[in-house]
Amino acid sequence: MNSSNVKQSKPHSISGYKSFDLGSFSFRRDDYFVHVSWTANNTKMSHIISADAFLRALMRDVAWGFFYGTVNFDNVFGTTNRYGSVEMFAGTYNKDLQSQNLDLLEVFDTPIILATFKSILEDWTNEGFDPFAAPAETGQKWIGQKNGSNIEAISRQRQVSQRQPGVPGDIEVRTDENGYKQNRAFADVSQSTPEIYAEPGFEEEVNAFNLFAFLSRSDVTWNPSVTSVCKESLFCPTTEEYILPIAHGNDRAEWFFQMSDQIDWAIQNDATGQPRAKVIMKAGDIAAMPADCRHTGYSPKRSMLLVWENANPELPGWYADGKLPMSPVQF
Amino acid sequence: MSNQRTNFGSFQSYQKGSIEIINDDPKAYVFSNVFEVANMSKPYEKVAVAMNLQYVIETLRTEGDSSWFTASHDEFVVCMDGELEIHLVKLDNHESIAPEDKEGSIMLDSEPVGKKMGRIVLKHGHQALLPKGAAYKFSNSGKIGVAVLQTIKGDHTVEKWSDICYS
Repeated sequence: MNSSNVKQSKPHSISGYKSFDLGSFSFRRDDYFVHVSWTANNTKMSHIISADAFLRALMRDVAWGFFYGTVNFDNVFGTTNRYGSVEMFAGTYNKDLQSQNLDLLEVFDTPIILATFKSILEDWTNEGFDPFAAPAETGQKWIGQKNGSNIEAISRQRQVSQRQPGVPGDIEVRTDENGYKQNRAFADVSQSTPEIYAEPGFEEEVNAFNLFAFLSRSDVTWNPSVTSVCKESLFCPTTEEYILPIAHGNDRAEWFFQMSDQIDWAIQNDATGQPRAKVIMKAGDIAAMPADCRHTGYSPKRSMLLVWENANPELPGWYADGKLPMSPVQF
Repeated sequence: MSNQRTNFGSFQSYQKGSIEIINDDPKAYVFSNVFEVANMSKPYEKVAVAMNLQYVIETLRTEGDSSWFTASHDEFVVCMDGELEIHLVKLDNHESIAPEDKEGSIMLDSEPVGKKMGRIVLKHGHQALLPKGAAYKFSNSGKIGVAVLQTIKGDHTVEKWSDICYS
């Protein structure tokens, strides 16, 4: 599936942006907003999202390959990964729209929706706007009529280690030379390296690196890398600033280890969006996100968060079948 | 913005966060703090602070010398505070000590038999691979430190959730 198969209009005569169709959904943007349209219960429905918020959410959905579970762009629109196919919905997990039968959920093969989302991202991201960056680092270039593009920013590949960065054959540690400058918010983070004294013949088997320095050089926000792998247990650290652009609805329990600073998490009921709790995490805190919640993080300054995932592909089915409790530990 | 200070917390100085419940059970979040856990642990006690089926993250209070351990799989340690020296030995009889179907850290009864692989000295924020096939021992002769271990639940994993989590 490539962009030539994507249903898209010619550029609008005034705004310069293309419009897109996928299934029964339509997408268009103007200077400030994205408009999502669908028909449900013989009623034409529309939903409006600020274009910067939509592009930040879309960027994560594309970069993460639709992630684990549900990516709520807001309390109306989003996607759910079915691993090979993707559900796209409007209102399905909003109790007011759903109760009035005004919601719509359609299922697409992953390559089709991914190609469409990538095309939208390419067309609607203006030059100078980086949807991965913190607002303080990218400014207001998303506003206004179409003005160039930023393919380099939206084409970043997230770094996924097979064992650990720096191990022979694995991803590299981050340095100035390979393009990862120390972020302005982590200028005080030590760049020291572990002392390694390998005996002859074991140089490739004795490995260590500076995880905090690695994170201090992250050029993106809210986009986990993988830095260690113990079978299906993945350490996925990331650096966070401002607001997680989505509300992540889990299809399995996951864990957050706050390695530095603070993030406040707003926790909601996954099915309805109703508030459940606020979890305030400070440096050294570790907490579970239950399998039936959706959560949005607020990071007042750039912080280091270790997201810990269990990549067992059977988990969504086990939770859906009620074979596992929603919280990963019972006490 | 460049004058921002990164707050990491430490064994001596940390501030635990909180949960504001609206319509939920605080136990659902299994919320603890690794520095607080280390403060209430014995040296190198392998206290689970996160668990997802068989997988665990353990907190270690790094103080003095640990026993020797090995595992049938890779493990990873991150130094959260202090300094931590790791000694590695390639075990001659690894498969008999750590068969494939045995998961989690396995404590050795005696000094490991095999070639010395080397040693690593970790400081704050450093991470080391504890490779499958190796025995390892931690040492810290300095101030008490804290580390977290990515591993699988094993015979020596300590679960004391009621003592460490909000309820």
